[in-house]
Amino acid sequence: MEIFRWLGKIAIGFFETLGFFSLFLLKSARGIFRGKWSRTDLSKQLERVGVSSIFVVSITSAFTGMVMAVQTIDQFVRFGATNYIGGVIGLSMVRGMSPVLTGLVVTGRVGAAMAAEISSMRITEQLDALQAFGLDDVAFVGSPRLVAGLVMLPLLTIYSFVIGIGGGYLFVVTRGIHSVTFLKSLEALLEPSDIFGGLLKAAFFGIIISTTACAEGFRAGNGAIGVGEATTRAVVWSNMLILAFNYILSTILFGGIR
Amino acid sequence: MKACLLEATAIEKSFGENAVLRGIDLALSAGETLSLMGPSGCGKTTVLRMIVGLIKPDRGKITLFGREMTHPEDDESTIDLKRRIGIVFQGGALFDSLNVGENVAFPLRYCLGLTDEGEIERRVFEVLEQVELPGTESLMPAELSGGMKKRIAIARALVHEPDILLLDEPTTGLDPQTARHIDRLVSEIGKRRNLGILAVTHDLVTAIGISDTILLMDRGKISWRGTPEEWKTSEDPNVRKFATGLRPVRAGRTVCP
Repeated sequence: MEIFRWLGKIAIGFFETLGFFSLFLLKSARGIFRGKWSRTDLSKQLERVGVSSIFVVSITSAFTGMVMAVQTIDQFVRFGATNYIGGVIGLSMVRGMSPVLTGLVVTGRVGAAMAAEISSMRITEQLDALQAFGLDDVAFVGSPRLVAGLVMLPLLTIYSFVIGIGGGYLFVVTRGIHSVTFLKSLEALLEPSDIFGGLLKAAFFGIIISTTACAEGFRAGNGAIGVGEATTRAVVWSNMLILAFNYILSTILFGGIR
Repeated sequence: MKACLLEATAIEKSFGENAVLRGIDLALSAGETLSLMGPSGCGKTTVLRMIVGLIKPDRGKITLFGREMTHPEDDESTIDLKRRIGIVFQGGALFDSLNVGENVAFPLRYCLGLTDEGEIERRVFEVLEQVELPGTESLMPAELSGGMKKRIAIARALVHEPDILLLDEPTTGLDPQTARHIDRLVSEIGKRRNLGILAVTHDLVTAIGISDTILLMDRGKISWRGTPEEWKTSEDPNVRKFATGLRPVRAGRTVCP
């Protein structure tokens, strides 16, 4: 009986948290149009999510593209299918790897920092001060971060496409496969709908990162320990939701359910 | 007769099983300073947070500027009324990501909607002069001492010219000299601007120094109220008990040299 009680408790907590995130997202989204928030803060957040993540996205994407080439090139050569290698690397990056990796990297790089910052604002009464000034604290803090995630994740993902495919290309041409073969295969297999699908996923992941970070920051408590706990929860939830939504969106966009 | 700015009647609040407030009544007029004193955990800060709408009472009525605000609508008129209150939180609650100038300008930009940078700069300069911290605009909150943080928080609470100033432990954690400096500032600015001031404090010297009326809370109720002079001569057991806390632990040692 104890195990059912334990499982029930976990299930309730899980759905409560999802509900909390959904409500927070609705309030932040409404705040974009109706709330008061700082345009200066928006530009800070755009820079924070986008510009400051470029280096880490570059490294992650370049090595991922190269590793994909390393792991697949022998099979393509053995089956005489080198004509497809560019397209396969391109499709893998565009449809799944780039949005997911960018999402996970930005979660660790920016989502954690956002959650720590906002939970610190919670425990030092800065969020209460916003309310005391008659402002909607969710709109003021959440809306610029939501916009930043929504705008910058697709842009970072486009960048990751280029760097990842570039990494794969560099490895492949050093192994004697002609660059024209790689590029033609990329052109033949990659369709605009693949790019659109990848960017749509990235936009979803941007929403997930900013919502989980801000929402967990808002419900932080318990002093300095609470800041650490909120940050951990934000990262864990963001990563779980990114991976789950990657599966759901992949099935809808690329899995033949269309 | 002075205008009544704030009235709280029979306020009750529980957090779970813990009844924190069991019927609080208070009223604040323009130009008047009230100090709400009491032991830690007696609900003083809860009263303050209720007045600005951060916590809703379970029972009772809160009236601000003649309008009932117990469970206010989330509309523009409510927000406008809230903006006639300035609050100084216990830790200052300065925004870490903004410098002093931006912190103090915050209510001007977001409460009053001012966009004229010259006007904002002038008003920030004026209020920083009033708290005796001119020229600190470019400093970040992390670079300030505790006393400076409190004074900047007071400047931010006053810059949009509110009618009520709420202070949560304005002198806690400060050395006696800085604490008296804050008392003097609050007192002077309050008189100059005809503010209604409600200060939550443990600091008896502050309460006696700045208040017209002292309210003592005990177990969720106001157990005593009177002027600072009445406090000094009161035989009320709660007043005596609270004042006893100022005596040194070792007999024979005095607080003042």
